Amino acid sequence: MKTAKLFMLDRGGGLKVVESKTLPSRLFDVFNYAALSLIGLITVLPFVHVVASSFATTAEIARKGFVLFPTEWSFSAYDYIFSTDSFLRGMLNSVGVTAAGTLFSMAVTCLMAYGLSRKDLDGGRQIMFLVVFTLLFHGFLIPTFLVVRELHLIDSYGSLILPVTVNALNLIILRSFFRTIPEGLEESAKMDGCSDFGTLLRIVLPLSLPALATVSLFYAVSYWNSYINAVLYLNDSHKWPIQVILRQIVIVSEGLTVDNAAVDSSPPPAQSIKMAAIFIATVPVLVVYPYLQKYFTKGALLGSVKG
Amino acid sequence: MERARRIRRNKWLYLMILPGFLYFVLFKYIPMYGLVIAFQDYKPYKGIFGSEWVGFAQFSRLFHDPWFWEITRNTLVLFGLNIVFFFPVPIILALMLNEVRVQAFKRAIQTAVYIPYFMSWVIVVAISFVMLTVDNGIINNILTMTGHEKINFLLDVRWFRPLYILQNIWREAGWGTIIYLAAMAGTDPQLYEAARMDGAGRFRQMWHVTLPSIRNVIVIMLLLRMGSVLEVGFEHVYLLLNPTNRHVGEIFDTFMYTQGLLQGQFSYTTAIGFFRSLVGLGLVVCANAIARKFNEESLF
Repeated sequence: MKTAKLFMLDRGGGLKVVESKTLPSRLFDVFNYAALSLIGLITVLPFVHVVASSFATTAEIARKGFVLFPTEWSFSAYDYIFSTDSFLRGMLNSVGVTAAGTLFSMAVTCLMAYGLSRKDLDGGRQIMFLVVFTLLFHGFLIPTFLVVRELHLIDSYGSLILPVTVNALNLIILRSFFRTIPEGLEESAKMDGCSDFGTLLRIVLPLSLPALATVSLFYAVSYWNSYINAVLYLNDSHKWPIQVILRQIVIVSEGLTVDNAAVDSSPPPAQSIKMAAIFIATVPVLVVYPYLQKYFTKGALLGSVKG
Repeated sequence: MERARRIRRNKWLYLMILPGFLYFVLFKYIPMYGLVIAFQDYKPYKGIFGSEWVGFAQFSRLFHDPWFWEITRNTLVLFGLNIVFFFPVPIILALMLNEVRVQAFKRAIQTAVYIPYFMSWVIVVAISFVMLTVDNGIINNILTMTGHEKINFLLDVRWFRPLYILQNIWREAGWGTIIYLAAMAGTDPQLYEAARMDGAGRFRQMWHVTLPSIRNVIVIMLLLRMGSVLEVGFEHVYLLLNPTNRHVGEIFDTFMYTQGLLQGQFSYTTAIGFFRSLVGLGLVVCANAIARKFNEESLF
């Protein structure tokens, strides 16, 4: 098989070899691009379908069988959802828990990460080992539940935040990033009389904005998506976050559950209402996603994880 | 003396670490100590120190419980399916993305496949449900329109495992490509050059150059997967369980929840959790030793 070689100038002015345009190579490309496009489409289509169906009338759904773009727009599903108490309350709960949780988690994680990033800290390595160990040996349902109960957190919003305050991976990411800050900067701050805390606030944090933004967004998405803690620790349905409400609407209402979680006898909601609920529960993540993408595709994350 | 001075100088740093440290102690290490109730007959009103010590009785009860073997089988099957069907997907996807020269296209596809990772399991399962329901779900509608029978995906037991894997792939395969793509970016271009000169086409270059160059990353990822062997996704499976598919769907974690929390079998289910984590740890250590024997990269 012959491959012709092309020499091209790249942007830096150096020479680079470009894979030639032989037939097998081109065929490969055609297949590759087509397959990847298909994969991309399949990944995204369910969302499109859900969003489209949420704006369609029940009649159209029944008539056409599937909707990718509704011809008759209807907001009735959304009217219904926003009129129910539980859904709105769920949104409020989620917003509150996400905001408070992200702030709290970032505060604790940043402090700990900075402390651990200093190389001359005695015991630093040992503490890191303890942190990493929890990644391998963890998640004991009953004992953790007992601890939460002893702390009187059952049925409180605190149970959605405190047991997940620090994510070990996020801690590692921030610590690695803080370590890349040149020691010279911290030392000169010290010489000017800055305290450790001040150094963190005035020097390290402003230089770490990309990492801080990324980890904050990771925490925020994690809090927004959490549901199992609410199921475990919250008995009061007024405190349920949006994901639990969503679960009620789409899954429990059909009786497809094993713990008889408040399955009431009323008929399950219409397809379009379920679609609308799903879409609303997803919107914040979709909105935040472009910002997230900007940071982690740049490999800012990976560089610090490798370290 | 030098060390004491250092510690005194760094006292603020220790203070900064304190809240996080307290978190790990309270919510990670104290529960580990709480594993001791697996050896007791724990009664909530008696507490840990007041409850009777029963040694391995709970474990013995565990191994004699017929449910235990079903759960073990279910968990192992899901894990096996995970390794065979899910694990290769991010690798293959990364290989395909790596071959794309048009950056804009690559970024577009990456954007698309990363999105599901940020959806909660509730959303993933909810979307599956509304699409797969016999009651006007899009998939069944397409089936009837093309002349096929409707399929009851949600209640037919035979679909539980395929759906589990498909949902896993949809949600996590895209995100999984990140680490492989990063590793591929570090492949020496001269290796491709040499392969090309030997007459290798695109596919063979991928097989003989790209794949081997990320071998150590693959091994590490596989080892990490082993460590979570018996944690096949509590949040995920819990949402999929219903009365008809329990005998294939119940895994350790869901059993721990329904029997432990809901039915108050604290000691018994803690024994289950203990067993599970121990096996997981053991598997990682074994797999790690095997990796070292083959001179591969290992976790420790």
